[in-house]
Amino acid sequence: MSQVDLLDNDSVFQLKGNMLAVTVLELSRNDLARLDRQLAQKVAQAPNFFRDTPLILSLDKLEEEDEILDLGALLDLCRRYGLRTLALRAKRAKDIRAANEYDLPILPPASHTGRERVVDLREREPANPEPVVEKPAAPAAPLINATKVITAPVRGGMQLYAPGGDLVVLSPVSPGAELLADGNIHVYGPMKGRALAGVKGDTKARIFCQQLTAELISIAGQYKVAEDLRRHPQWGNPVQISLSGDVLNITRL
Amino acid sequence: MANVLVVTSGKGGVGKTTSSAAIGTGLALRGHKTVIVDFDVGLRNLDLIMGCERRVVYDFVNVINNEATLSQALIKDKRLDNLYVLAASQTRDKDALTLEGVGKVIEELKQNFEYVVCDSPAGIEKGAHLAMYFADEAIIVTNPEVSSVRDSDRMLGLLASKSRRAENGEEPIKEHLLLTRYNPERVTKGEMLGVEDVEEILAIRLLGVIPESQAVLKASNQGVPVILDEQSDAGQAYSDSVDRLLGKEMPHRFLDVKKKGFLQRLFGGSE
Repeated sequence: MSQVDLLDNDSVFQLKGNMLAVTVLELSRNDLARLDRQLAQKVAQAPNFFRDTPLILSLDKLEEEDEILDLGALLDLCRRYGLRTLALRAKRAKDIRAANEYDLPILPPASHTGRERVVDLREREPANPEPVVEKPAAPAAPLINATKVITAPVRGGMQLYAPGGDLVVLSPVSPGAELLADGNIHVYGPMKGRALAGVKGDTKARIFCQQLTAELISIAGQYKVAEDLRRHPQWGNPVQISLSGDVLNITRL
Repeated sequence: MANVLVVTSGKGGVGKTTSSAAIGTGLALRGHKTVIVDFDVGLRNLDLIMGCERRVVYDFVNVINNEATLSQALIKDKRLDNLYVLAASQTRDKDALTLEGVGKVIEELKQNFEYVVCDSPAGIEKGAHLAMYFADEAIIVTNPEVSSVRDSDRMLGLLASKSRRAENGEEPIKEHLLLTRYNPERVTKGEMLGVEDVEEILAIRLLGVIPESQAVLKASNQGVPVILDEQSDAGQAYSDSVDRLLGKEMPHRFLDVKKKGFLQRLFGGSE
């Protein structure tokens, strides 16, 4: 088989979703003469901002009874000021028809207006006047959940929880204190409290401690209390605790 | 800068009020202008131990409710010029204290005194919380037995999370351990926790060890802080503790069984 045939099966493209920040020109009145004048003023304020700027034209604030808009004239006007129209946001049937004639994509009317904010040209002006080059997508972050590290003594009555990750305790854990983690639990000081690893049901979670003197240990709901632990030959020793089936294994480190 | 000192424990009956009276008096004896504030509203005892119960007119709650001024409510000690007591109300309960009210009174006391000693009630509820909330330093009074040690541990956790310093993210409260009712004889018999055991569990600086003593009961009933009984072992131990609180290095005394030569040799002798 030739090299070409092999390569032929490789995909040459990928479809990706992306969120872009884009300028929206929201027209509140169908008055192109006034728009022309006001846009000219804006351009005078911030010429760089209006250089080849991608734009969404929003006509969805126009009233149903307003007269039909001259879309061709509006597009020309925008182009003169350096605004490149990408798409139209509209809800009126007549605007959608006009857009189809100019082969412009139609976006649905804004539903979450709260997510848009008015562009302040003064803050935008010193920005890089170069046309925006789309940055290559950042590599996907590796799936590591935050580890919670505790250095202060954990006193009786305190409850520490590491959601979605491991809990590492370097200080003593007093009787009556409770350590909880969705992942593993490591205790390097004397461990006299309770340790519950894999509280969301992760049976692969483990507990590591330098001195097994805990009141209770539990992995994914399977637990042992001090009464049982005390009789274990590894009581007081550095151990790791893991779960196999529904049996807690205590092995010396 | 005034220092607010809370004497607390969690557990009741371990000697908070006795210690507050002794330490407050000890600070005054060393020339520091001191006030001892009784936070145990409803179960006030400090005035009895200080021997000023017959001179209480206005109390802490009256000051908070603006029914009396602070200078009207402060009771001057008869023995020492620079020692004052602010008594708790016997007719009210702990709900009479408010965070704002207590804060205002503590702030006013800080203007006029070097040390404000807050005698906390037992428990971890409102009264105890308010007593420790404004503290700069804490003396944790603990008996050498497991339930008291556990309660002290809980209280240390609260000091580290529920005080004003903790809530404002300031430097944490300085913690001191005061071990009271210590009986070396019973420790050697294994009936009581030893100093090392308690220190290991609580992991804070040891301020002092007060031996179990007849002098404490006698002093309480006479209304004289035990620290003024210079002949007694408890009085001397409190005196050493106050010196340590002020930054002096003092060896710990009364940790070993006395007058039993052969036992002393057996268990490592005295310091």
